[in-house]
Amino acid sequence: MSLWVDKHRPRDLMKLDFHKDQAIRLKNLVQQSDFPHLLVYGPSGAGKKTRIMCLLRELYGSGVERLRQETMTFTTPSNKKIEIMTVSSNYHIEVNPTDVGIHDRVVIMDLVKNVAQTHQIDSSGQREFKVVILNEVDDLTKDAQHALRRTMEKYVATCRLILIANSISRVIPAIRSRCLTIRIPAPTETEIASVLHLVCKKESINIPSDLAMRIARSADRNLRRALLMCEACKVQQYPLTADQKVPEPDWQIFIRDTASTILSEQSPKKLGEVRQKLYELIIHGVPPDMIFAGLLKELVKNCDMAMKCQVASHAARFEHRMRLGNKPIFHLEAFVAKFMAVYKKFMEESLGDAF
Amino acid sequence: MQAFLKTGKISATDKPSSSGIKTSTKKKPPAPWVEKYRPKTIDDIVDQGEVVQVLRECLSGGDLPHLLFYGPPGTGKTSAILAAARQLFGDITRDRVLELNASDERGIQVVRDKVKAFAQLTVSATRLDGRPCPPYKLVILDEADSMTTAAQAALRRTMERETRTTRFCLICNYVSRIIPPITSRCSKFRFKPLARENVIKRLREICEAEGVDVGEGDVLHQAVDTCEGDLRRALTALQCCQRLLGKITADGLIEVTGLVPENTVNEYLSVKNYSELEKFVDKFLMDAYSASQLLEQLSATVVTAGHLTNKQKCVISEKAAVCSHRLLDGGAEFMQLTDLGCTIITANNDP
Repeated sequence: MSLWVDKHRPRDLMKLDFHKDQAIRLKNLVQQSDFPHLLVYGPSGAGKKTRIMCLLRELYGSGVERLRQETMTFTTPSNKKIEIMTVSSNYHIEVNPTDVGIHDRVVIMDLVKNVAQTHQIDSSGQREFKVVILNEVDDLTKDAQHALRRTMEKYVATCRLILIANSISRVIPAIRSRCLTIRIPAPTETEIASVLHLVCKKESINIPSDLAMRIARSADRNLRRALLMCEACKVQQYPLTADQKVPEPDWQIFIRDTASTILSEQSPKKLGEVRQKLYELIIHGVPPDMIFAGLLKELVKNCDMAMKCQVASHAARFEHRMRLGNKPIFHLEAFVAKFMAVYKKFMEESLGDAF
Repeated sequence: MQAFLKTGKISATDKPSSSGIKTSTKKKPPAPWVEKYRPKTIDDIVDQGEVVQVLRECLSGGDLPHLLFYGPPGTGKTSAILAAARQLFGDITRDRVLELNASDERGIQVVRDKVKAFAQLTVSATRLDGRPCPPYKLVILDEADSMTTAAQAALRRTMERETRTTRFCLICNYVSRIIPPITSRCSKFRFKPLARENVIKRLREICEAEGVDVGEGDVLHQAVDTCEGDLRRALTALQCCQRLLGKITADGLIEVTGLVPENTVNEYLSVKNYSELEKFVDKFLMDAYSASQLLEQLSATVVTAGHLTNKQKCVISEKAAVCSHRLLDGGAEFMQLTDLGCTIITANNDP
């Protein structure tokens, strides 16, 4: 038994639930003889991967769904062996080059060259190119991105790249200008709700529209999360009722909890407690930038305008430092300490005014 | 390379690549317009009067200094040197030119071994069939600003010692990233951003050749505006738009270039309080627009905005610069946009 997310994933471009105009355009694109490199970007849970798989199916037929996993080995210039997991079918290969950290450039250069040098055996009824899908392009190192530039042009005859990114801010302009960029906005709450209804209908269960709307609202416009929440709701209590509690992700509750600890008292002792909590979050694999964003959102709730600005600017500064450094805990803690100082000063001043 | 320059079509596999990969394709893929219409002689190059003139003089004299081309992307640097090489060497271009760019391994080891070995070869002043040709070879180092300083340093002596047999041409966007000993050995050429009317003229020619209807040319004006003198980007945008929509429209251009709509920028510039800001940033990121693009457009808008005082403009622009830097370093878009937004709110409240 698979999760609803996978079970009800649309497999055809025409069956997508939202951004239908775009789907029609993509279909037209496939029917033309030439197919450009694509750069697909959008927030998570907006359906980037779904669209790409649909597109591949449109290009090659159902053969692309027979997937196999392989481990490939590359050698870096410094003679270090690196391994990377790839998922491939006869027509495409998918990798996540950021898995190997700073050696991503080697993977890109070798992999694309490997794929580009092998031709389709029977190119009569087929496209004469293969597709390489690269995930998380925005997290590639600058070196790797530069390496992509010329490679993309050089091997245009035998392979096409599909790049997936969350945001194109960090993709260098040279790559952007070589690709057809496709923006995929997150679905709106109503769209999510209607998808929930559709899925529930397929599962032949009844979902009250109030509940669907509530799930959609708490899912941050992330369709995947909405579907998972919906399934969790069903497991928790069935039949579904309109006033049912929607389970929130644990880490969100935990971050909120941490924020209230910070607000309750500002002292070195409390800072020690907060450190434990931050460690806990990091150990459980919550990305540090999400912790940062969550903390900021919670902390500014109790501040006045001037202080909000101050806190936001500190948060931005420490977050930036965190990206440059390599130990997130330092910077998270620095931010918390700074916030405590600012907050305490503010409280003391306002108390002083009262007397 | 010859095939590519002769026919004007990209045939990627014909390129003399450092890795020596040669495969033969019978069918040529439909070429990107950018490659299809790459200038074939230096006289075809749009704008850049001075550079072209100097190059022409050099070509007629048959001699070439070491060259350093720098300038913003899409102004014709690579095209200029490729066309010049083509005119100099004719059909022996492949033997005489070594082209290296960022996708090739270009560390210090490669400079020491490969480039040096190539540079040390002596070539004759006649072709196989006895006609004269320049007695030197050409090394083109494209995207040279991404070479390491060590690799650049390793070039220094090689450049001097092999002047008799080899000319170097370095191409980069930022001349400041090239170490001074190299710049002092080259004659530098700055490629200016292209003038509007010339870009439009060129785009129109290409569109006519492709049989694409562009109407009165308003869309062309828009294409140029969005691409800030970058001919390649404008051309790619037009082609993408044509491919995706089947026709070229203003909205389509905005979509394929990833621009942020004008009113979104204005909305950001006129946020009043924090909750509004939070909502805006959330929506902005959910719509998958790019924060760096927003900052770029914002700074253009701020400078010309009539309703802001000079002080406000200063404050906002300074913060925008800081945030843009942090974004480039990989900072989270949410944080940076919130930070800049706060500055905008404060500035708006304090004229």
